[in-house]
Amino acid sequence: MIVAIASGKGGTGKTTVAASLTRVWERPLVAVDLDVEAPNLHLFLRPEIEESGPAWIETPVVDESKCTHCLACSALCQFKAISVMGSVVLAFSEMCHGCGGCIAICPEKAISAGKRELGEISRGYAGNTEFLMGCLRIGEAMSPPLMRQVKSRMKNIIEASGRDAIIDAPPGVSCPAVNAVMDSDVIVLVTEPTPFGLHDFKLAWEAFSPFGKPMGVVINRAGVGDREVYSFCAEKGIPVLAEAPYERAAAEGYARGRVIADLSPEFRNIFVSLHSKIFELAAGTLHKEAAHA
Amino acid sequence: MSKIAITSEGPELDDLVDPRFGRAAGFVIVDLEDMSSSYIDNGQTQVLAQGAGIQAAQLVAGAKVDCVLSGFVGPKAFQALSAVKIKVVQNLDEGMTVRQAVDKFKAGVLQYAEGPNRGAGR
Repeated sequence: MIVAIASGKGGTGKTTVAASLTRVWERPLVAVDLDVEAPNLHLFLRPEIEESGPAWIETPVVDESKCTHCLACSALCQFKAISVMGSVVLAFSEMCHGCGGCIAICPEKAISAGKRELGEISRGYAGNTEFLMGCLRIGEAMSPPLMRQVKSRMKNIIEASGRDAIIDAPPGVSCPAVNAVMDSDVIVLVTEPTPFGLHDFKLAWEAFSPFGKPMGVVINRAGVGDREVYSFCAEKGIPVLAEAPYERAAAEGYARGRVIADLSPEFRNIFVSLHSKIFELAAGTLHKEAAHA
Repeated sequence: MSKIAITSEGPELDDLVDPRFGRAAGFVIVDLEDMSSSYIDNGQTQVLAQGAGIQAAQLVAGAKVDCVLSGFVGPKAFQALSAVKIKVVQNLDEGMTVRQAVDKFKAGVLQYAEGPNRGAGR
């Protein structure tokens, strides 16, 4: 099973929830940090990295001597990464999404594959939990190409070892967030009971609903704000899987890089219960009354 | 030099210069011989997520102009225009009409740019 921990608003507690779930997960697990623009799960899990290396994307290199300026590549590329100006072919590597279309369509075979570095992929272990992380190169504008490579590594690990996966997704509702949740079996949205939290939570729920995947909510910092998030969930039938209280101890633990589930039996029990409810949600056996406890 | 393109907020010589190149509303093409003008709408380019400067450069190159007058030209647009030897005049004053820009150009008081004056994507 692949569980994506996502949110609309940033800073609601995705990493807090993801890290704590690794502590209570019963089956073998791989924890995947897909927030490649700002990965931070490793700060809490402190994995021992076994291998780490650069990830690349293929970008076009044009042999001008073979080019007949037929415009086939330029017409195909939606991103203007390869453009023909008069008798000059311009390839803008940093704008290329790496689809390979220009290389395939060129009738003169004038385009070959060069490469651009996307960032780095690291793999290791935090105790028995396997750990995988993508880290985008500074200056790189696109995160989905790197995320796809991290997900491909994740699938290899799942196939080889039968592990479950917990994905720490990037915030927001644009391409990176959608990329992080689209291959999951269950989506857990983390929000906080504030007007900002509700606003972005609604956006995330609307963005991810078309996938038709089981979706539930963790309300972090419960006790602040108002009851609007709860009303929205009740109205839309979105199960509230867990509530983590707004407590100084949690903030202090987080600031020291500690996993919240390790702080006290009370905190741990929140995530033990969440773990069971995620499985019930995936199996379709979650009772609504129980979910709104 | 016979034809120039001016980034414009509208199709007429008395419309205001649009300071942006790639995401300009359009381009007024002026034939300096007889001051006749035509208009290229750039609306299709404005909606591109990326590569607006390059597409705009392709549009004005298609109009066979020798020079572009604008406010800000980004690095990729500049490179694309340079590839077909279209000269660039940038930093046009705000609030200027297309006609005023053309008059200044004809009077020889505008200088050709040697490089882009904007970062990409702005």
